[in-house]
Amino acid sequence: MARYILKRFSLMIVTLFIIITATFFLIHSLPGSPLQNAEKLTPELQAQILAQYGLDQPIHIQYFKYLGGLVQGDLGTSIANGQSVTGLLMNGFSASVFIGAQGLILGIVIGLILGVLAALKRNTWIDSFATGTSIIGVSVPSFVLAATLSYFIGVELGWLPANLWGTYEHTILPSIALSFPVVAQISRYVRTEMVEVLEQDYMRTAKAKGISRLAITVKHALRNALIPAVTVMGPLAAGIITGSLVVESIFAVPGMGKIFVDSITSKDYTMVMGSTIFYSVLIISALFIVDLLYGIIDPRIRISGAKE
Amino acid sequence: MSTEKTYTPELFEPIGQLEKRAEQLNRKQVGVWKDAWLRFRQNKGALIGVALLLVIGLLAIFGPLMNDHNWETQNLAIKNQSANIDGHYMGTDHFGRDLWQRVWYGAKISLEIAFLAVFLDVVIGVTIGGISGYFGGRIDMFIQRFIEVIYSIPNLIIIIMLLMWMEPGILAIAIAIALTGWVPMSRIVRAQILKLRSQEYVLAARTLGASHKRILLKHLIPNVMGPIIIAVTFSIPSAIFFEAFLSFIGLGIRPPEASLGLLISEGNQILQLFPHVLLWPALVLSVLMLAFNLVGDGLRDALDPRMKK
Repeated sequence: MARYILKRFSLMIVTLFIIITATFFLIHSLPGSPLQNAEKLTPELQAQILAQYGLDQPIHIQYFKYLGGLVQGDLGTSIANGQSVTGLLMNGFSASVFIGAQGLILGIVIGLILGVLAALKRNTWIDSFATGTSIIGVSVPSFVLAATLSYFIGVELGWLPANLWGTYEHTILPSIALSFPVVAQISRYVRTEMVEVLEQDYMRTAKAKGISRLAITVKHALRNALIPAVTVMGPLAAGIITGSLVVESIFAVPGMGKIFVDSITSKDYTMVMGSTIFYSVLIISALFIVDLLYGIIDPRIRISGAKE
Repeated sequence: MSTEKTYTPELFEPIGQLEKRAEQLNRKQVGVWKDAWLRFRQNKGALIGVALLLVIGLLAIFGPLMNDHNWETQNLAIKNQSANIDGHYMGTDHFGRDLWQRVWYGAKISLEIAFLAVFLDVVIGVTIGGISGYFGGRIDMFIQRFIEVIYSIPNLIIIIMLLMWMEPGILAIAIAIALTGWVPMSRIVRAQILKLRSQEYVLAARTLGASHKRILLKHLIPNVMGPIIIAVTFSIPSAIFFEAFLSFIGLGIRPPEASLGLLISEGNQILQLFPHVLLWPALVLSVLMLAFNLVGDGLRDALDPRMKK
């Protein structure tokens, strides 16, 4: 196991290094000056600003300086507003994590309930409902869902705030929008697995021993059905992180997603780069953690020795 | 067990010559594809999906001919009309452009990007997966390590970086999507080829002196077609989603052009006042993705009955 963790961890570092290097050189090879309205400034002023951001130095020196800063957690300074990129991202981080985690938990709970019910009541309306929900959840992009929720529940019915940020009510609609794809995936996997597990011999044994139905469902069936659901957790977490990019900008949540999208629109390249790295770290660590969890939950899976 | 039975000598007569015809097939033979079609035909969801795809496809081609407007003419006097007046079946947008025209024009662009991206996916994925699976050994190991690194980079990051670097347009977006999309395709092809290449018919072909190229193209790839087709039907909605996503965050199709994602993004800005500008393209996008997913599910069940859940 330790060897596997070490191997995965070093692969993660290599991946991150490639991302950082590629992003850095791509951004610096973009045409045009990072300064806005550069033509209106005198050459002296331009030179002074470039020097202030260290952009007058040769590219490889800038690169090593950036890496040096990165090791200390410094992502540079935003060109658009002169603040530290790390600080700005951290400001957005709490809002993003809140709606993301809330959406993930909501999605898992609803998905589990739906999947278990569908498997227990196979070929009834509950089953069809769960299948329908999961097909729609996979098909409808979260930003379409977000906009629809914002309009119908926020504007038309006025039950919850349609956008902006502040109280707890503001977090509900974005979380629901993010949870939908999770519900779809989890319920689908749990249903498939539950159906299979319910037909196993040990289920009959448990029934014969006179264990209550609830205990059989939860202890024997659900526990075994959960394992494959865990495998999709990594991609799901990554999906929530990606989905939050647009969901945040629809609900005007002041999170990282909004910062990222705004920085792309305003061509604030240090900000884009900082957010890209931040997002990569998040997604890659999520996948890493899930892979490890998977091995711990199901000891039958010997990832360390597994070969494709 | 309890009933008594009388045994007569006739019962022990050999049945005899009947087995001459034992090898004869009474039913008409059904090939793999026919068999799959028979199964596909029974899947209601998949048929609905096909019907929806046909309707959207036809509207994307012929929809623009159905009224007298075009997708780019602005008329500020009639902006944000939600009613169907003067042939504006879906109303107009914030520049008074006809939404019906823009939605179908956008759907066409979105579909073009998706098909182009998936075509590139298949070409790259099948080539690399095929080579990796067929030759195995060091080549396979090298390719798999390379894929491992690519796979662990979040695809959104690659796509965003590429699009900031390339001039946005249909081709650029398709390339950006394909550059990450080929990885799952190559994995599927590789896994299948690994399984197939040790089968007797491949050995037979090799003994008869067939070249690698011939074995790959004539013997192995046709047998991998099923999984490839299934992967394609699921890649298309994912490519449509990425295009919409990119256009939404401002990295895809640029205004005044149209794509479903761009239309949704424009509609989102005036959502609270004029929801119809968002709802129409959002509806078309959702139905399109739903249809592809339904067809994909149907194809998977039809082509690979063992995987049926």
